[in-house]
Amino acid sequence: MNFLIGENLTGGYGGADIIRNCNVSVGTGEIAVVVGPNGAGKSTAMKALLGMLSLRKGRVLLDGNDITGMSPQERVSHGMAFVPQNQNVFVTLTVEENLEMGAYLRRDDITETMNQVFELFPVLKEKRGQLAGELSGGQRQQVAVGRALMTRPSVLMLDEPTAGVSPVVMDELFERIIEVKRTGVAILMVEQNARQALNIADRGFVLVTGENRFTDTGEALLANEEVRKSFLGG
Amino acid sequence: MENSIDLLNALVLISNYVLIPSLSYGSQLAIGAVGVTLVFGILRFANFAHGELMGFGCTATIFFTWWFQSMGISHSFFPTALFAMPFAVLLTILLVLAIDRSVFRFYRLNKSRPVIFVVASVGVMFMLNGLVRMLIGTDEIIFRDGQKFLIKAGQFKKMTGLNEGLALKQTQVLTVVLAVVAVFLLFWFLQRTRTGKAMRAYSDNEDLALLSGISTERVVMVTWIIAASLATIAGVLYGLDKSFKPIVYFHLLLPIFASAIVGGIGQPIGAILGGYIVAFSEIITTYAFKKFITYLVPANFAPEGLGQLLSTEYKFAVSFLILVLVLLVRPTGIFRGRVL
Repeated sequence: MNFLIGENLTGGYGGADIIRNCNVSVGTGEIAVVVGPNGAGKSTAMKALLGMLSLRKGRVLLDGNDITGMSPQERVSHGMAFVPQNQNVFVTLTVEENLEMGAYLRRDDITETMNQVFELFPVLKEKRGQLAGELSGGQRQQVAVGRALMTRPSVLMLDEPTAGVSPVVMDELFERIIEVKRTGVAILMVEQNARQALNIADRGFVLVTGENRFTDTGEALLANEEVRKSFLGG
Repeated sequence: MENSIDLLNALVLISNYVLIPSLSYGSQLAIGAVGVTLVFGILRFANFAHGELMGFGCTATIFFTWWFQSMGISHSFFPTALFAMPFAVLLTILLVLAIDRSVFRFYRLNKSRPVIFVVASVGVMFMLNGLVRMLIGTDEIIFRDGQKFLIKAGQFKKMTGLNEGLALKQTQVLTVVLAVVAVFLLFWFLQRTRTGKAMRAYSDNEDLALLSGISTERVVMVTWIIAASLATIAGVLYGLDKSFKPIVYFHLLLPIFASAIVGGIGQPIGAILGGYIVAFSEIITTYAFKKFITYLVPANFAPEGLGQLLSTEYKFAVSFLILVLVLLVRPTGIFRGRVL
């Protein structure tokens, strides 16, 4: 069952179309990964799903409802959460305040959700009073994911969560993301580290120059000779 | 013995003419500069209308003061303006929100560049400037009543037997006390409340704030409410301490901007520190130290000149110099604010 669907997404930032007839989807309790070479439109496709891009063609469905006309803020209040690649934490706020701001739209008690985030990322509990700007890259990414989880989203979208972190941190972050998936959240992420990402992916989308080239399960894509040669470095 | 008396005299002298005036003037600048810095942090433009906003707040306070006095409401100790101020704050808030609606909101929705906002704020400045003059005229107005001095110079001399007197005006104490209360409330609000945290988050990272569901319009509204309140308080305290003259608030814009930038624009704590730095620099460089030095050195070493670095007419040059130096040497200011 597809929870979030982007259908025939076509559009760009005003000039030429960056993505053309792009199809991306993810189901509840699944991880979907979008991979591809630089400039393939991976991040753009994700922004299109979030409504940060004006589409010329295509539509976005969330839980069966057409949300193409919604602003990013409205989509957030409808259960979509987004972790941008850069500047994804409030550097002058403490870790705890970052999480509180993630839950800004919620009017109920957020302590339980915050405890869940602390359980998922124990280091954040330790550093809850510290400014997010003083943390290491990997810890910042944890704050960023934690902030997004505070709305209790049904879809979590991550734009290159492992960019700039060490391989060890990357593995750990992926493990945490799998744990989030098990709680019934649909996860869609764009990744540079294609091989590792496809390893944990239930489905994968290979984009090239803004179009779908391959779409399959992560396992099948990893096994595909052509995908391996062209995109995974052999 | 003679020496220690001279030392005391020198200390009293410097407190009377430099320390106390700088503390009170610095507090006025600090409250003004915090308003500028908050607007800059949230709306991302340097609001040139802030000085005139202080002028409007003070004008409104004077009208309420006169009205209260005409009804026989006043206090033997506190100035009537203190009771009139809350009403003037409300009026100023309404005015600012109306200006935001009719002027700044348009540019916000069009996502205009900051320089366009700045020019629009210059327009608002001239408009407020004219409004204040139409309402209350251009004359100097003294609206202080109640008890003027807490300690009179003569009293102090008699009490201590020193040559130098120390005068403490009520408005000076009031300024410092109100500044401390205002700053305390502001920081409590920014650090502890949900809306305050949202303002800091918005100032830190606008895109991420929007992704977290923080609403621009709400944050902007709260910012204007705080800025208008602080502007009124600063304007009234300055007017009470000295006197009310519409042109003065235009002149105050320079030291206020210097304060905000020295401290690091966008950083409230920096604006407060900046206010005191500018006030102390201005008063120290224009104070004639002759008498002070005479007390401290043997008689034959006493200076012949006034011992004054700059004539008082040049006090604005001090703010300007500080501004230029900071922008050249450390454009982010002491607390690493943004670069204009």
